[in-house]
Amino acid sequence: MFKQLSDRFGPMVAIGILLLMLLWLVMLVVLPQVLMIDYSLRPNLPPSQIGGPNDNYTLSNYVTLFNNQIHQTIFFKTIWSSVLVTVCTLIVCYPLAYYLAKVATPRQAALCVLLLIIPFWINEILRTFSWFIILSYRGPLNALLLGMGFIDRPIRFLSGDGGVIIGMVYAYILFMVFPLYNAIESLDGNQIKAARNLGSGWIRTHYRIIIPHAKPGIATGCIMVFMLSAGSYAVPALLGSPGSRWFTQIIYNWFFEGGDWNQGAAYAFILLLLCIGFIVLVMRLFKVGLGDIAR
Amino acid sequence: MSSQNILKWGIRFYITLFFLYLFTPLIIMSAATFNDSRFPTISPWRGTTLKWFEELWNDSGMWQALSNSAIIAAGVLAIAVPIGVACALFLSTYRGGGKNFIYGLMLSPLLTPGVIIGISTLIFWRSMGVSGGIFLTIIAQTTFIAAYVMLMILARMQRFDRTLENAAFSLGATHLQVFRRITLPYLMPAILSAGVIAFLQSFENYNTTLFVKGYDTTLTVYIASKVRTGLTPAVNALGLILIVITVLLAAIYEIKRRHEARAAEQKAALADTAN
Repeated sequence: MFKQLSDRFGPMVAIGILLLMLLWLVMLVVLPQVLMIDYSLRPNLPPSQIGGPNDNYTLSNYVTLFNNQIHQTIFFKTIWSSVLVTVCTLIVCYPLAYYLAKVATPRQAALCVLLLIIPFWINEILRTFSWFIILSYRGPLNALLLGMGFIDRPIRFLSGDGGVIIGMVYAYILFMVFPLYNAIESLDGNQIKAARNLGSGWIRTHYRIIIPHAKPGIATGCIMVFMLSAGSYAVPALLGSPGSRWFTQIIYNWFFEGGDWNQGAAYAFILLLLCIGFIVLVMRLFKVGLGDIAR
Repeated sequence: MSSQNILKWGIRFYITLFFLYLFTPLIIMSAATFNDSRFPTISPWRGTTLKWFEELWNDSGMWQALSNSAIIAAGVLAIAVPIGVACALFLSTYRGGGKNFIYGLMLSPLLTPGVIIGISTLIFWRSMGVSGGIFLTIIAQTTFIAAYVMLMILARMQRFDRTLENAAFSLGATHLQVFRRITLPYLMPAILSAGVIAFLQSFENYNTTLFVKGYDTTLTVYIASKVRTGLTPAVNALGLILIVITVLLAAIYEIKRRHEARAAEQKAALADTAN
């Protein structure tokens, strides 16, 4: 390892490269995760008892989730809502990505991509805040619906999970568009033409030619959107209410209100396992590898 | 009308709708800045005013948060960019066992939810006696931003012609000379754009920062706390300013990127005709 680097860059630079790499991977990436898992397996003890006879490994922090009906409900709601957000973004983005990649002229596509990039760069908090304004009780959406006579009195959009899901679809939709677009763009247009010439209809062409080719992009988009949704704190904090808490908010409360970091660490690890599980599931489902996802 | 035409108009309608969906919220948020109403909204319109910019300007909390965000972003830039470059150089050089594992490890922060990066950093550093604050925020953000930098540098590194280095070696250059005069200059454009992205990522981060910020406030944390307590259109004024800056940065970045892509294409075309 060192020899290959040193042959190319000389010993000094090679040492620098390895040091920086190890510093990052060990101190920032691996050890914190290991310690978080270690924390999650220990009881929450007062400082004087840490390392004492009571400081044994236990699964009790994980059992908490199974015994707490409310937390369990919120956990499963977080999963289903994140899946719903993922599916919504996929359905909305697919036609757009297909249009940009295969139908639009290069100039049209370039303009659209630029228009997509701009909101992509704008803060998640600001994008969520803009929906807070729209959905608020005396906000423009209620005013519009009232004005058009669809409703008699304003709707409280921000008191349930609906607002959170709307906000998430909006906040994370661009993480679906770009992978889809990149994947569909790399498909040779002649394959679509060939399918058409051989008598395949639109639905069949998409189902048999375009979607199979776009699999890595679909997988990447789904993984990103699911992970961002399940791990989001900003959107539920801004658009939710006490009645529509997200799993991340429970984790936050364990740390900064309950003061039980061990319990919080266990919940955080469960969230991490959920995301890893989703990644593995999607990779299996779409038969793609990690290398396809990073592209 | 033929079915082809219906399809064409249908898709145009859809695209228009999509972009309306994308931009209307941002426009409404920006417009609310100028409404003379205590609560940020556009309905009803109570007259046009610029007073919310003034209120924002006089808010010392905002300035404190802005300076914290700037310090953190500068710190992240200083640590994450060298790490990202080092990792890209490693991946483009090393051939052998465990490479896929190392690569996967380097990507893992991108596939980990931001809150978990914040939590694990908080726990790890507390065990060494460091509590939340600006330093820890820099560390936590670097964990995943370095991975973005690594990917961007690696993308450019893959198009690097290593015969350039070998040519320099056979002309008698030392390792350090080759690195400084050939490899680094080649990577410079990618390093600069990775820097821009690292800065923006750090500036905009909320989910990770929330857990490691301690008693310090960053600009995103400030906005979020204002939305929940004490919301006035001054927050919109801040949002509008941030949007304008972001759009400008994104436009510059994109124009530069396209310029480079075109230059590369011309170079390739020239090389083709030369052959």
